This record gives sequence, C-alpha cells and structure tokens, in this order.
Amino acid sequence: MNNGKPPVLRVENCTMQFGGVVAVDNFSMEVYKDEIVALIGPNGAGKTTAFNFITGVYEPTNGRVFFEGSLMVANRPQGKMKRFYQGDANAICSDVVRKTPDQITKLGLARTFQNIRLFKGLTVFDNVLAAMHMHLNSNFFMAALKLNRGEEKRMREEAAALLAMQGLYHVKDKIASSLPYGQQRRIEIARALATKPRFLLLDEPAAGMNPQETDELAAFIKKTKEDFNLTVFLIEHHMTLVMDISDRIYVLDFGRKIAEGTPAEIQENEHVIAAYLGVEDAES
Amino acid sequence: MIRLNSKTKLILTVAALGLTMLWFYHLEQNPRANGYLIKILERSAIYAVVAVAMNLMNGFTGLFSLGQAGFMAIGAYTVGILTIPVEARPNVYYISGVAPWLEKIEIHYLAALFLGGLIAAVFAALIGVLILKLRSDYLAIATLGFAEIIRSVIASPQMDTITNGSYGLKKILRFETIYTPFILSAVCIFMMVLILRSSYGRAFLAIREDEVAAEAMGINLFTHKELSFVISSFFTGVAGGLLAMFMGSIDSGTFRVTLTYDILLIVVLGGMGSVSGSVIAAFLVTGGREYLRFFDEPLKIAGVQISLFRPGFRMVIFSALLMIVVLFYRKGIMGDTEFSWDGIANFIYRFLPTGKARRGNGGRDE
Repeated sequence: MNNGKPPVLRVENCTMQFGGVVAVDNFSMEVYKDEIVALIGPNGAGKTTAFNFITGVYEPTNGRVFFEGSLMVANRPQGKMKRFYQGDANAICSDVVRKTPDQITKLGLARTFQNIRLFKGLTVFDNVLAAMHMHLNSNFFMAALKLNRGEEKRMREEAAALLAMQGLYHVKDKIASSLPYGQQRRIEIARALATKPRFLLLDEPAAGMNPQETDELAAFIKKTKEDFNLTVFLIEHHMTLVMDISDRIYVLDFGRKIAEGTPAEIQENEHVIAAYLGVEDAES
Repeated sequence: MIRLNSKTKLILTVAALGLTMLWFYHLEQNPRANGYLIKILERSAIYAVVAVAMNLMNGFTGLFSLGQAGFMAIGAYTVGILTIPVEARPNVYYISGVAPWLEKIEIHYLAALFLGGLIAAVFAALIGVLILKLRSDYLAIATLGFAEIIRSVIASPQMDTITNGSYGLKKILRFETIYTPFILSAVCIFMMVLILRSSYGRAFLAIREDEVAAEAMGINLFTHKELSFVISSFFTGVAGGLLAMFMGSIDSGTFRVTLTYDILLIVVLGGMGSVSGSVIAAFLVTGGREYLRFFDEPLKIAGVQISLFRPGFRMVIFSALLMIVVLFYRKGIMGDTEFSWDGIANFIYRFLPTGKARRGNGGRDE
C-alpha cells in the first residue's frame, strides 16, 4: 500500500494515561494517502481515546503524531504524570508540541463524533456555514459591516453545493436536532467536509444504523472519499462495513495494538478472534 | 401559516416607524406634561442596548457574564468626566478639586460615548484573557467580582480628583430631545444585529451550541469568546454613557449588582438568544416597574386599609410575575426567535374567529 511514499498520518509510540489507568499503550500506526483505514476493537479498547489525542481534544501522555510529514502533536510525561507513567521508558518523547483542536482542523484534518455533536439548535445550512467560518478571509469589521457580500455569497453557494452533493439540500432549512438519526450522521460528515479537509476521521459513523442504512453509508463514504480526494480513518464496530470499505485495519484491545493488516488477514488473526470472542485460557 | 409579501412588510415597518416618530413629536410638544413617560421611554431604550449586549454574550455565545454594571460604570464615568462643562467643574469637584490635567478637557458627547465604550472594551479584553477559560457559573462569579472592583475603585478616595470619589458626578450633559437616546440606541442595536448575522455571529452560535464541536470545526474558542466579550462590553460601556447622560448625575451606587440583575431579568424575560425579545422586554420591565407603582400606595376597600399595599409591595408583585414567567414561559417572550410581521400576522390570525373556523373546516373537508 505504501509504495515507498511517506505516510499522511503517523502515530508514533503514543501512550494515553488517565491517572494510573492506561487507555492507550504505546500505540503506533500509519495512514497513507487515499487509503481508508479502520481502527477496531472491543468496547473500552481505547479507540476514541486514540482519536481524541490525534485531533487535539486530549494531549497524549507520551508520544508523537505527524501529519503530512510535520510534527503535529507531541508530549512526554510531565509533572505528576512522571510518577504515574507506565509506558515504555525507552520511548519517552523529547519534544512537546501542543495544538488545540481548531489548529489541527486548520491543518486539514476534520472529524465527526461518536455521539453526534451537531449544533443542535441551528439549521442544517447554518451548521455547514459555521464550519466554513475558519476559511473566512475578511476581517471582523468587514464581516460585521457587511462589506464582504461577495465572500458571504460565495460561502452560501459553496454550502448549498456541498449539501446538494450529499443529498441533503432538501433539509437545509430544518433545525438539525429535528432530523432522523441517519440524516444527522450525514450532516455531521457534510459539516466536517465544509472545513475542506484532506484527511477525514469518522468516529463510529454506522452506530445506531440498521443494515440498509449501513450499506448506504458504506457507499456514501466511498463516494465522498473519491469526490473530495480524501484519506479516511475510521473507528467502527460494524464488521461488515469495516471489511467492505477499509484497505487496512488496526485492532486495539485494552489499549494495545494486537493486530494490523488487510481485512482478510484480520479475519484470520487468532488474537483478534480471541479478543472478540474470548478464549477459555487467559492469553499467554 | 401566513406569509406576508415583502411590500406589505415594508409598508408596515415604515408605518410603525412613522407612528413612533409622530408619537415622539407629540410627546416633545409638551415635555412638562409628558416628562414621566419620556423618562421611562428613554431609560427603556438605554436598557435595551445593555440587554442586547448582554444577550450577545449570554444568549448567543453561551457565556454567562454578570459584569454589566462594571462596564456600564466605566462608560458612564468616562462620559460624565468628559462632558461636564468646564465652568461647572469647580462646583462638581467642590471637595477635593479636579485633577489639573483633566480640568480643561471637554469633548463632544458622541466622542465621549465612543471613548467610554472603547475603555470598557479594553478592560474586557484584559480581564477576558484571564477569565474566559472559566466555565458557566465560575465565569459569572469572576465577572461579578470584576464589576464590584470597578465600583469600589471609582468610589475610592484615591480617585477623588478624577471620579469625585463617593460624591458622584453632577451636571453631566443631558439629552436635549427624546430622539438622541433613541437614535443612538437604535444604531447600537443595529450594529449588534449586523455582527450576529455575520459569519462571526454564526461562530458565536456554534460555540453556544457545542464548544467541542465548534473547536473541531476550526473555530478558535478563545479568540471568539474574547471577541464576543469585547463587543458586548463595548456596547455596554456606550449604554452606560447614555445612562449617565440620561440621569445627569451619577455616583458609584448607581452601578451596584442590582443593575446587572435588572438587565439579566430583561434578557431572560425577553428570551435568551432573541434581540427583539430583549428590546421588547426592556420596555415592558422598565415600564412595568413604574406603572406598578399604584401597589405602593395605600389602598382602602370599603373603609378597610389593606395592609399589603405599602411602599415596596410593587416589587413583591413584580417578583411574583417574574417567577410565573420563569416557571411557565421558560423561554421568555420570544424564545430564540425574532420579531417578524409574519409572526404578528399569525398571532392575530390565531385569535380571529374566522381564522379558527376556516382552519377547522379545512381539517374536516380533507
């Protein structure tokens, strides 16, 4: 898959601890351009935690994340964490880089949330427009005094085009929270696309969907990836969806990476089967 | 649903504005007889500005701030100090005298109002850096504390030659006509509406709806919260200046916490997140407070003195009304919708017997 190209996203020896609890342990992974990569694992395996430190919601306790070759997130155990740190002592990272989620989004990573986080009281159209705010060129006074009519018009057209492309144009004036669940998921993806990302992170996009909706979602993700020229990294529980769309899969269990590979390899992997189905003897 | 066409709306708007102007003109003709009403209207207009400014921060950005009285004090004192006529100063600062550098400075009231807003905005920017990381109630406490500090500093003896300490300021330039405060208030509110309708306004709403999602959509929380706080404080400062001009004399006691609560009440009553709600509520609350005064007067029914009717009783009634509103109309008068002629038309339509009948028939026929 990599063809000698450098990865778009590289997570290097990342450990995330909450006090003494290790949520993600020494996790490393790569995502290459134009791939769809999935992160799977049983409940509480640390998947969303991994998402959160990649997108700047948390700071990892230790480790580095590179995006398009440049260091995006880096941290090492500091303060009290020095005593609590249970990770690999040899892997302690030397630099510290902190970025807030909005700075990371500006770099070209956009995400959705496990428990849909739309701007509930706003219309679908305003949800998308709000996500376009970060690309606003005109300064505050221009915008406030309506001197940027051209830009405002362009933003509205882009938002309308985006919604039309996602088949959501007919609900654009509805209040976001009033729409059915499946549609809200798609609005969340549309909103993430409004930030013009190159890399899309989806946190359980099929959660709560029926099989038919899940099939539609798979097609939707593939189409969106092609239309917007994206690299996609997703967390998912729905195995049919994961096996259908992903190029490669990483498997987490109790915060540790237990397997990685193509869908076919993962389906055969005994560690993965053990993690999902359980084994009689404790794992050696 | 009735939808009026834009021409009808325009005619209605022009007619409403015209009637208001005509009414003001009528009031102006006989200021002595209508003085009380004019005062109430002017105070309402000024409170409307503060309420909209507070709504911009509390209702639209979701930051619960209670520092309004402090920023109003800054604006009011700026305007007061800079507009008291030079010849009247020795008379105002009769105890400690006026600071020499200030003695001869007197500027146009519009410049003073703007400066008042600007100084309030600068203070907001400075403390915003420290306190905007706080969440909800902690932010409220911090801003409340700030307002009290401002008030104490203004009243402190060290400031005697500038703010005249606890003696307060008198002889502040007053409004000459009822139009001045109304036009200035309208301009302030209009500018805030423009801001709220811009892309920045949408960013504020996004932060109110979901901070985590807003941040994930590339909206810098700190910058936008700070912006909202500064804008809100600027207009609060301007409104404070207007209040100083309205009252003619101010002292630090004018800007107690109760002033903030009055404004908060207007915002909640009008609806968090509704500009027109704040404006309507400003007039209702300010007017209501005055017109409920008959509760304060002794009342005799069939020769028996009703002991409840005594000074202060109107505030009891007023508070009871408020509780009813908060309990049963939690979203306030307007909720988070805005005034529109369509809304009025539908409201009237609902109470017309023909409207009801037509709706009922329509239901049966189909």
